[in-house]
Amino acid sequence: MKTETARLDQALRASGDLKLVAYMMAGHPNKKKSLEVGKKLATSGIAALEIGIPFSDPLADGPVIQHAGQMALEHGMTVGASLELAAAIAREGIPIVLMTYINPILSHDPRRFAAEAAQAGVSGIIIPDLPVEESEPVAGWLRSASLDTVFMVSPTTSPARMASICEHSSGFVYCVTVTGITGARHELPSGMKDLLEEVKKHTDLPVAAGFGISRPEHMKALRGNADAAVVGSAIVSEIDKGEDPIPLVKGLLKACR
Amino acid sequence: MNLKHPVRGRFGAYGGQYVPETLMTALDELEGVWHEAKADAQFQLELAGYRHAFIGRPTPLYAATRLGAHFGGAHIHLKREDLCHTGAHKLNNAVGQALLAIRMRKPRVIAETGAGQHGVAVATVAARFGLECAIYMGTEDMRRQSMNVRRMKLLGAEVKEVTSGTKTLKDATSEAIRDWVTNVGTTHYIIGSVVGPHPYPEMVRDLQRVIGDEARDQYLSVDGKLPDVVVACVGGGSNAIGIFTAFLDDKDVSLVGVEAAGSGIKSGKHAASLVAGRPGVLHGSYSYLLQDGDGQVLNTHSISAGLDYPGVGPEHSFLRDLERVDYVAVSDKDAVAAFKLCTRLEGIMPALEPSHALHQAGVIARELGPGGRILVCLSGRGDKDMDSVEAQGEVEN
Repeated sequence: MKTETARLDQALRASGDLKLVAYMMAGHPNKKKSLEVGKKLATSGIAALEIGIPFSDPLADGPVIQHAGQMALEHGMTVGASLELAAAIAREGIPIVLMTYINPILSHDPRRFAAEAAQAGVSGIIIPDLPVEESEPVAGWLRSASLDTVFMVSPTTSPARMASICEHSSGFVYCVTVTGITGARHELPSGMKDLLEEVKKHTDLPVAAGFGISRPEHMKALRGNADAAVVGSAIVSEIDKGEDPIPLVKGLLKACR
Repeated sequence: MNLKHPVRGRFGAYGGQYVPETLMTALDELEGVWHEAKADAQFQLELAGYRHAFIGRPTPLYAATRLGAHFGGAHIHLKREDLCHTGAHKLNNAVGQALLAIRMRKPRVIAETGAGQHGVAVATVAARFGLECAIYMGTEDMRRQSMNVRRMKLLGAEVKEVTSGTKTLKDATSEAIRDWVTNVGTTHYIIGSVVGPHPYPEMVRDLQRVIGDEARDQYLSVDGKLPDVVVACVGGGSNAIGIFTAFLDDKDVSLVGVEAAGSGIKSGKHAASLVAGRPGVLHGSYSYLLQDGDGQVLNTHSISAGLDYPGVGPEHSFLRDLERVDYVAVSDKDAVAAFKLCTRLEGIMPALEPSHALHQAGVIARELGPGGRILVCLSGRGDKDMDSVEAQGEVEN
């Protein structure tokens, strides 16, 4: 049974509250457990689930997500198996965004990847090492499979690039709030509010803030400034320790309202 | 055949800028500053001054007559990059990029290193120009190149141990890029080879082409003719691009790049990206890559830490497809034998990296016979490799 693929631009639009996007790594700590965790996350009240497809050399990721990817690969996780996992979780009715690096997509064949992701009920793709300048023809294949292509802006993005990134993005715009890699941080950067405001000037799409965001007080700080918050490493850490990530997610959700 | 690349950061299909958004502005800035510096007579004068008095250029062209006789009578010449200050060609690039870091007012430089030669070169320029310096190096490489670790520390660099993945050059490069993503405002990343996102492959080539420009002039003035073949080892490929560039338009000169076959291509334990890989993206550019069927980058093996890398510079991929350069692979065993042979016959101890090229030069010499003319890039000296070579077995007396 394949349901209509959920629309990211609708799911992530804030309406007084802040939407929460949770991240997990496909196949971490192993295939079976990640399916269980994924289904739980899908029904926890989050607005969308971001699923990482592991890559051996993840340049934008900090130690927590690197480690999760390495474990997944050691347990035999593949692009194909990640797409199967995404399909099983999508059936819970949650919008799914895949995050992976360009090489596994190129190796899989971008056209085939796009078709299979769409078939799996995936809504959009984030490729952190694919800037807009390099995005064709891959983005073209994703578009023709009706998948959203989410591009990132960062604190170092120039105004001219920001306009171009917002124009190329669909589904939402991912605002990397720190100059750095993924990983939980205590404090959010001071310039974050200005950056989010600047991005909003360039797009009508929802804007999601990510990288370093991990605590309920971060949710409070983002509410009213961003449409959604992406929490990755903090959730992956819980899964890595063998803990249930749902209490953490519930705490974050409470702070979103 | 138009070899005047790159065009928009691409050598044919290869190259590009596959990096996180955070770095795009820094790459733009670097490209701008590099083109400005290249056209600036003052910068060129300054670079020439450091090349002469600090690096020790021009390096000599040396007639290796006893090696030539051993291999059946061909004329073998060595471009003596082992005589550069710090012992390898790496300093040519490090000096140029340090001057750029100063031009960009970045007080900190970082680098990755495999054999430690690039790390030592960057630590050296950081000391000379008063820059803060961090060098990323895999645990495995720190073990097999411990002398270079000590040198870097004495020069004032912080050596950051990389324990992820294969604990070698690939992982050190990934960690250096992550540092750069985090500290891009204050830090310039001095990539050590013709790899990485645009403009690095072009910029490092331009800084290393002095090897071939000198060698071509020297060769002509000694012999009145050009060599039949130019041979260089290829890991990322900076010494090879450095010597090949001057000869690309000389149609009668064959160019041979030598990768590391490790325990043999069939064993799967090697680092021969151009011989046995297929194109993919690693560390910011599209180029030949050792990867599995699912796009995961493979572990590599070579006795030579400097060649132990699953990727290769995009210009090499382009030259491979054009068939302008022949790429072959030489095993650990043959490289060690060539190391010993050159040491015993010429009194020159080569690094294990160019020992791969020396072995191939012997193969080519036997094919060409007496009168054949071969130029080899002796990219570095071999003191750092004594432990690795001795571990291969007793040095016969």
